Amino acid sequence: MRKAPYEPPAQSVFGQIVDAFLMLALVLVTLYLPLLLKLAGGGTTTRTFDNPTWETLGQNPTMAAQWEKLGFDPTSAAAIIGVKFDYSFSTVALVVTGVVIVGYFVAMIRWSDKEYRDVIAERFDDSGPAR
Amino acid sequence: MVDVTHTGPAVGATAPAASKRVALKRVLGPAHVWGLGVGIVLVGEFMGWNFAVGKGGAIAALTACWLAGILYTCVAMIDSEVTSTVAAAGGQYAQAKHIIGPLAAFNVGLYLVMAYTMLEVSNAIVTGDLIDAFAHNMGLVGDVDKRAYMVLTIVFLSWLNYRGVLATLTVNYIITAIAFTAILILFFYVKPWAPGDVLKHDGLLTGLPYGGLGILAAMHFGLWYYLGIEGTTQAAEEVRSPARSLPLGTLTGIMTLLIAATLTWYIGSGLMPWEYLGQAITPLYDAARLTGNPYLEVLLFVGTLFATLASANGCINDASRAWFAMGRDRYMPVWFGAVHPNYRTPFRSIVFFVPIAILFAVSTPLDQTITLSILSGLLGYTIMAISVIIFRRKWPLGMISRGYVHPLHPLPALLLLLLCTVTYFAVFLGYGTQLLAMMTFYIGASVWFVVHRYKYCRRGEQFTMPWPKPVGY
Repeated sequence: MRKAPYEPPAQSVFGQIVDAFLMLALVLVTLYLPLLLKLAGGGTTTRTFDNPTWETLGQNPTMAAQWEKLGFDPTSAAAIIGVKFDYSFSTVALVVTGVVIVGYFVAMIRWSDKEYRDVIAERFDDSGPAR
Repeated sequence: MVDVTHTGPAVGATAPAASKRVALKRVLGPAHVWGLGVGIVLVGEFMGWNFAVGKGGAIAALTACWLAGILYTCVAMIDSEVTSTVAAAGGQYAQAKHIIGPLAAFNVGLYLVMAYTMLEVSNAIVTGDLIDAFAHNMGLVGDVDKRAYMVLTIVFLSWLNYRGVLATLTVNYIITAIAFTAILILFFYVKPWAPGDVLKHDGLLTGLPYGGLGILAAMHFGLWYYLGIEGTTQAAEEVRSPARSLPLGTLTGIMTLLIAATLTWYIGSGLMPWEYLGQAITPLYDAARLTGNPYLEVLLFVGTLFATLASANGCINDASRAWFAMGRDRYMPVWFGAVHPNYRTPFRSIVFFVPIAILFAVSTPLDQTITLSILSGLLGYTIMAISVIIFRRKWPLGMISRGYVHPLHPLPALLLLLLCTVTYFAVFLGYGTQLLAMMTFYIGASVWFVVHRYKYCRRGEQFTMPWPKPVGY
């Protein structure tokens, strides 16, 4: 037997505006604020060079020629070449991140299935196709 | 204006509710689908992919390019089957609603909106940087305010989308073709059949500066070669023959991109030292400059500009349709579910994202906005792999009519899950804080949906496909 349909409450225009701005606020707080405060971004190390030459920068003649065609000299190129990613990481941080991602998906799918059962119960008879 | 309203009873209310809607126009064919998919993604060949070189070196970036190509082949195969069966506006969002459930659908809708909005933002940033670099290289006296071009790009393309989908995607089709031609011309100009003449791979390829870990790390930006190809599904409600056009458009799109990605890597790594290439904003334009041919420089300026505009154009189209579909279902305020009475476009959803896109464009670095886009895409691919496994269990083959059945199930889904896991780790290497920030956003939004928003949604109405009851329910 099909479940009686759920009748949702009507949402006022004010409520809709509040909801739209709540989503906007969530974007700004969780995504924009860390960028603004420079809390997020590439984990890098910077090496400085005194009186750099193409050789001390580890550039062979082919590389040096291409850098020069692009308008760089050893001093200006050193600012780019000296920046490297730092891939050292904490195992705890890796495990915590993994748990957050897996936990998020597991919780989402389980809760979705709970809601989905209500949808199916309203939509279908015990045996027949959707109408 | 005409709003979407749901006034009928929940059970069997699909037809009466639909009769009150102003439907989107069914005007698109396979070429438009190809143009939409490739148009969004082709910009990934002009910029962004090269950050993979920065994370692992040129060889690692090539490995990432091919691994990401496998990932997206799985995505295209799975997507073609599900989309040709669940052909409704919102693409993966509508699919998740029918296959997994409301909370998953809400999250998938947000993935789409965030991935495309951040991609649009990235395009606007590159447009500003490109015009600045071109003006500088042409010897223009004075400074160019890049931010003005970023804002102009977003506002102009939003207006174009506001006016109508056919004109928008026809423009996309043309400028995508021009941009792709620019890559091909550059490729032949650098004489790949004569190594050492223009291309200097012998002197520029340096192995793996970060070792094997660099290959994993490079997967992060390797996705950028193809990110957004799944956007073809957003136009499902506007395609004349979804069962034929969507698989055809999507799969030819991924083939186009696999070729373009390989050509792009070959050109870039043969002309620029990896340290420069790994941080360049406009690598193909720089490659053209290195050939010393001014006509080629102008062509690649135009190609890069067109690619960014085509991509931003497609992104606005896709993000607004996902938001529109969520509004129509009350997952978001129903006010967003309105269709313009004259232009038949989801105009409110289009306008809503303009200020958000402008804010991010004028104030955040390119690698950050690209990472936000990639992360949302990655979450979407993960749920896509889970979704197709559930889809085949709930409706085994033969139980419902499918426009396309992808082969070797569940291998593509399992491979996709594995490659997604690798990519999460790749993002964690160097951008772990952003990964957690993104998860915080989606967890916060999910709590809001469960605790507050879902009470405004009808239950039975969310399932609109004429299918039998799923197995196990």
